[in-house]
Amino acid sequence: MSELLVSVLLLAGAAFMVVAAIGVLRLPDLPTRMHATTKASALGTMMTMAGVAFHFEDSTVTARVVAIVIFIFLTAPIAAHVIGRAGYLTGTKLWAGTIKDELQERYDPKTHRLSSGLEKNEPRTSSARSKDLSKGQK
Amino acid sequence: MIGLFWNLLLALAWVGLTGSITAMNLLAGFIFGYIALMVLQKQVPVLKGYSRRIPRLAAFLMYFLKELVKSNLRVAYDIATPVWHMKPGVIAFPLRAETDMEILFVSSVISLTPGTLSLDLSDDRKVLFIHAMFLHDEEQLRNDLRELEHRILKVTR
Repeated sequence: MSELLVSVLLLAGAAFMVVAAIGVLRLPDLPTRMHATTKASALGTMMTMAGVAFHFEDSTVTARVVAIVIFIFLTAPIAAHVIGRAGYLTGTKLWAGTIKDELQERYDPKTHRLSSGLEKNEPRTSSARSKDLSKGQK
Repeated sequence: MIGLFWNLLLALAWVGLTGSITAMNLLAGFIFGYIALMVLQKQVPVLKGYSRRIPRLAAFLMYFLKELVKSNLRVAYDIATPVWHMKPGVIAFPLRAETDMEILFVSSVISLTPGTLSLDLSDDRKVLFIHAMFLHDEEQLRNDLRELEHRILKVTR
């Protein structure tokens, strides 16, 4: 039973990583490639590590598995965010099939300011504070 | 957050005092520490609402795992089939999260779930710009994201 569970977890994890690799090759632009790498590799690593934990059934191994999974889940989205942001802001072209881009009109490439479009209307509880903040930055 | 830290310290103290370093014993220590903190939380202001957060955190983790698998299968299907079904786009998502911790948590979880990747935060920290891979139904996607954010804020607040 445990053998079967371990095999299924390892194979599924490896399959997700293969899909991530194919995705990096096939997908048309930077943000969609980041989709493939972050999600599929995070889940693939998690499944592989779960397989390892079930195979050894040892608390020291399990503790390391938990730590590895936590670190992957902490770092993967941040790396994806930074790469995606850098790519976008330096002007990488999006795929021709992209149907919407709400960031472009709000970003000023000369001053690097990114407005939320909510500055004038919709005052919120913390609006006074954050207005001061944005004034200070400008 | 500090409550969780105290709970872990109590669990470690339990392991140290009982002298057997096993995962099961650590879990037992965590549960006893949780009960102790639950009793204490009325008297200690920083622990306010701590006992409600742990079950919510567990519920959130289950929900998150489900979403993670679902989003992966969807992205994997699109990668593995020759025709592109995706309709990518960048949307502006108004945030309810306010502190650094909440924004970090929300944007990271968004990066890890349903075909979405957080690209950038506006300068006044109110709007998160998200690259979504499947913009067939934008309202549906926004509702999903709001649901996700709501669940996270229930844990952190």
